[in-house]
Amino acid sequence: MEFYTISLLNGISYGMLLFMLSSGLTLIFSMMGVLNFAHASFYMLGAYFAYTVTSVLGFWAALLVAPVLVGLVGAGFEKYFLRRVHKFGHVPELLITFGLSYIILELVQLVWGRSSVDYRVPVALDGPLFTLYGTQFPMYRGFMMAVALSMLISIWLLLTRTRIGLVIQAALTHPEMVEALGHNVPRVFMLVFGGGCALAGLAGVIGGNAYVTEPSMAFSVGGVIFVVVVVGGMGSLAGAFLASILIGVLQTFAVAIDASLMSALQTAGVMLTPETFGYALWKLKLSQVAPILPYLFLVLILIFRPKGLLGKREG
Amino acid sequence: MSSKIYEFKPFNVGRVVIWTLFALVLLVAPLVFTSSLSQTMLSQMGIAIIVCLSYNILLGQGGMLSFGHAVYSGMGSFLAIHTLNQVSGGWPLPVSLVPIAGGLSSMLVAILLGWVTTKKAATPFAMITLGIGELVWAMSLMFPEFFGGEGGVSGNRVAGAKTFGITYGPQIELYYLIAVYTFVCTGLMFAFTRTPLGRMLNAVRDNPERVEFVGYDTQKVRYFAFIIAAFFAGVSGGLAALNFEIVTSEVVSGYRSGAYLLFTFLGGATFFFGPILGGILMVLAFVLLSEFTKAWLLYLGLVFLFMVMYAPGGVASLLMMNLRVAKFGHLRELWVSYLALGLTALVVLLGAAAMIEMLYHLQLNAALGPELSFLGGTLNSKGLNSWFGSAFIMLTGLGLFELCRRQFAREWGQIQESIEKEIKRMETL
Repeated sequence: MEFYTISLLNGISYGMLLFMLSSGLTLIFSMMGVLNFAHASFYMLGAYFAYTVTSVLGFWAALLVAPVLVGLVGAGFEKYFLRRVHKFGHVPELLITFGLSYIILELVQLVWGRSSVDYRVPVALDGPLFTLYGTQFPMYRGFMMAVALSMLISIWLLLTRTRIGLVIQAALTHPEMVEALGHNVPRVFMLVFGGGCALAGLAGVIGGNAYVTEPSMAFSVGGVIFVVVVVGGMGSLAGAFLASILIGVLQTFAVAIDASLMSALQTAGVMLTPETFGYALWKLKLSQVAPILPYLFLVLILIFRPKGLLGKREG
Repeated sequence: MSSKIYEFKPFNVGRVVIWTLFALVLLVAPLVFTSSLSQTMLSQMGIAIIVCLSYNILLGQGGMLSFGHAVYSGMGSFLAIHTLNQVSGGWPLPVSLVPIAGGLSSMLVAILLGWVTTKKAATPFAMITLGIGELVWAMSLMFPEFFGGEGGVSGNRVAGAKTFGITYGPQIELYYLIAVYTFVCTGLMFAFTRTPLGRMLNAVRDNPERVEFVGYDTQKVRYFAFIIAAFFAGVSGGLAALNFEIVTSEVVSGYRSGAYLLFTFLGGATFFFGPILGGILMVLAFVLLSEFTKAWLLYLGLVFLFMVMYAPGGVASLLMMNLRVAKFGHLRELWVSYLALGLTALVVLLGAAAMIEMLYHLQLNAALGPELSFLGGTLNSKGLNSWFGSAFIMLTGLGLFELCRRQFAREWGQIQESIEKEIKRMETL
């Protein structure tokens, strides 16, 4: 029971972090049709900005300043680079963000070095939140969940209850009409791109110290958030939420389970030896398979439900 | 995206000349560049050319943006090295056919995975190739029995029957094997673009809906093209296995796929010969540029970014545009502008590179003191003079470059206009 509860909580908090990342990605995708390949790089940028700001102004200021900075970088990129390739079609748009991911990675290594930086959880949030079955649940994980949840609610309120949100939603489906009504659609696009990047930056601020802030952090999380967006359904915010939690929990459980098909068969009374056909497959532990589970999930979803869990459209 | 094809019917002289020249270059290159470094580089170029061309079947001809092409070149490498080890163990297969084994096995992998992959085009295709790429890469560390774990699988290419005394021991013998493969594969892939399937692939890229109305199954067209691309990728992987005699799991990694994408695009995806330039650039960047400067990935990323923005057709399209200008006899009017553009760009590069190198020096070699040598001179990475000087050079260059660029853009526009007029005039004749 203890194992399940703690793993579930850890999985949900990891899933929440994934959601913070993928929400920005899915917003940008649904609005502009651009799959932002550099999204995880903005996440990394958020973590590094937060590290620097924390050392000057403290963590709480970083929580505010770093996402804004990342958002500005994102908006600038949209305005001066992405917008110019828009006329060439979707593939160059994807490619330019792909090139950006290389540049951000190199710049980060240039400014902050190639090894990890010492970006720590603030003292006020260091320590256990509660103790369950003798295992402590860290306060910071709770904080992560709280931030993610409040972010989810504020995005939802922003999109459905405010004027700007309505303009954004309208620009999503009828850009020409919105433009005809006198709204500056390119600026709305810039805002959405900057906002999406700022969300990734926020995820970086709170994820960077929960995990490790290092140059490879973008690559390690980059693949998974794409899986989340595709599995949830391209452009569906609710789908992204569901998929994030699902993948977070799935991966956390898989890492913790030290069993293989062979041990399962052994309890059923079937003995396997190294001579058995496919022994390498049978003896694999679930914890070893954990890193590929999201991708396996992605492939299965694309085969059986190409529009994703909650997606409305295909392709 | 459309390109004009110059043909001289009934006998295509231009094509014969170009292919003969290509063969000659392949033949003569190692006689001109004789050092062992250039020989290994030439071998790698041949390999890179095949894989970039095969990638372009997907990207350029099919409009399929793949982030997992390294899966197929990498699986080809692994199967080829295992085949090579079987040959060493006594299989009666000549070493020169090992790359074909690699190609065929990649083809099998593509037949298995391709149907799922090619279900959709565009973004879902990119995503699923990314997913499968990650899947295979993660699996390569899970099955050390096949992928050799961290150390990889090594082999020895001096094995089996020695036809005509060729052992493939010396690099030059292997180079010529690679050259033959490069020529044949390039020829086959060019021929593929002229087959009905190749033409349908272009149609599927440009207007899949209409293709479906005409009665073709777009998925099937993509699937076949995917398998063919995988075959050639596997051949190049097999050649790479023979060349390096070791295959590590790095060959199926996402980095590798990214490099294929980057350089195929830089070379030019809209022209058949673009990826050939891309392959050459890839080896030059990986071998020479990475020796030359630590900041090479940054330079590469910047070049890529500006290429996507200003020349989405890659180097090849730049070449072809100038060829068109030359064909109408306007190139003479441009050379002054080109010279000015080149010189000012060089000045910008000089200033920017000095600053980038100083930054890298501060970050990586701080223990060696603040001094670093840059293009024969010495820079002080902590001194105000060096920083001010390089910034000044860069900004001056940038200003002058902008002036030249405006002038050039004006001239270029005028020339294009006159060419358009000329074409219209010829049409009316």
